[in-house]
Amino acid sequence: MQLPRKSFLILPLLYVAVAPAPAAAQTAADAMFAVNNTWMLVATLLVFMMHLGFAFLEAGLTQSKNTVNILFKNVSIIAIGLLTYAIVGFNLMYPGEFSMGGFFGFAGFGIGTDAAGLTSEYSEGYTYWTDFIFQAMFAATAATIVSGAVAERIKLASFLVFATLYVGLVYPLVGSWKWGGGWLDEMGFYDFAGSTLVHSVGGWAAVAGVFLLGPRLGKYINGRIHPIPGHSLPLAAAGMFLLWFGWFGFNGGSVLSADPGLVSLVFVTTCLAASAGIIGAMITTWTVQKHPDLSMVLNGALAGLVGITAGADVVSVMSAVIIGAVAGVLVVFSVIFIDRIKMDDPVGAISVHLTCGIWGTLAVGIFSADHSFLTQLIGVLAYGAFAFTAAFLIFSVIKATMGLRVSEEDERRGLDLSEHNMEAYPDYQIMITR
Amino acid sequence: MKLVIAYIQPAAFHNVKQALTEVGVGRMSVSNAQGVGQQGGYTESYRGADLEIQLRKKLRLEIAVNDDYLERTREAIITGARTGNFGDGVIFVVDLGECYRIRTGESGSPAVG
Repeated sequence: MQLPRKSFLILPLLYVAVAPAPAAAQTAADAMFAVNNTWMLVATLLVFMMHLGFAFLEAGLTQSKNTVNILFKNVSIIAIGLLTYAIVGFNLMYPGEFSMGGFFGFAGFGIGTDAAGLTSEYSEGYTYWTDFIFQAMFAATAATIVSGAVAERIKLASFLVFATLYVGLVYPLVGSWKWGGGWLDEMGFYDFAGSTLVHSVGGWAAVAGVFLLGPRLGKYINGRIHPIPGHSLPLAAAGMFLLWFGWFGFNGGSVLSADPGLVSLVFVTTCLAASAGIIGAMITTWTVQKHPDLSMVLNGALAGLVGITAGADVVSVMSAVIIGAVAGVLVVFSVIFIDRIKMDDPVGAISVHLTCGIWGTLAVGIFSADHSFLTQLIGVLAYGAFAFTAAFLIFSVIKATMGLRVSEEDERRGLDLSEHNMEAYPDYQIMITR
Repeated sequence: MKLVIAYIQPAAFHNVKQALTEVGVGRMSVSNAQGVGQQGGYTESYRGADLEIQLRKKLRLEIAVNDDYLERTREAIITGARTGNFGDGVIFVVDLGECYRIRTGESGSPAVG
């Protein structure tokens, strides 16, 4: 159904001309609320698309014998993320009141609102339900970051248990420190769309997981790194573009309204940072590796996006380019470094989300005069300490009870067969010499 | 001259290659194959029903050898591929009538290498 745009504008104008002033202001405000809410819902759709992006990216960068498993994890995560957020996460992240000095607050189980929650009384930008579903999409993204790093050798059940606990409890708890109005928010810490709250929180968990899991079989032999190439770079590239597409909503929606100036600025800083990330990674991989590596450049785009996520609305356009470019350079070196220290990360999740999440957060302190580098650093360290410890604990308990890793035989056969008893590509002749 | 055709588990390739290199056999052709022997097939599941998989993925190695290299080639493949389980594979040795190297036009034993 197409809204005739001209009449839509004329109506409020007519009201202004004919009706008494307060009513006109009310209608204009209603219109703006509707516009804001609509944009926020569109942004929700875009963040939702990022799950498709992650699914493609992770599937493309891992072996075809594990594709069913990767996709299964990605499908599960969106479900776990949304449901736990409804049951406990939303009210943990936005408790309204803190019971423990800005560290912890809980507004009760379940979601629900009264009539006021459907109007601008709740917020000028969105209804209660929009608020919930938009934020819920973010929650699921934090867990999906981990799934790429632990791919190809983690037990499915163990991963699902971890994801439920981490996204259900840890993510919203630490998120409340800033977005929920907690102690870091009071300190002036700034994270516009989640470089720290989403990306580094996922990244720290990825570090804990990769460390406790160990590398894939055959990855590190006698001190040499044996790369295990992904099975489909087209899928990976498609995934990157879908993630970028979703980032319009991830950052654009974090304005929390349809404010034309801010949203359009954020679109520009986001895109320029992603572009700079690609160029930064391209130059780095071309010089360091002699040939330009597509997977590095894909990581570079995402690195730029993660990097700008903390400050897309408060840094200048030029700063956005620099932040993105530095992120692109950082991610390449980080991928190489992480591999050198025998931490096996099939998709570069740690490098993209942790390394560049930290960079993006600190960059706000560097490039924005209104924000202090020290405060940003405190935030980074606080999140690091808590998120990593929590993830490490959860993974350790799982490791000690259920076991974390599949058997060698299962890993060789592929998780598709061992965990799911089905194949992703039953019609294809796949050359396996590993 | 003989042509050694070996069917092995894909996962065994790394060890077989290493063993062959150690005895000085570096030339081979490797192709995908599907096959079944005493190992039998297995069952997958798909949308509520069982899916009988009758063939398993294998690798086929084809190695042309001069007669004096036959024994060490065979032993190397066995060393690399044997696990003691069903499915380890099989080695066929057939007589190789002629052999030509395309680049140089050599024929016979020198072409086998």
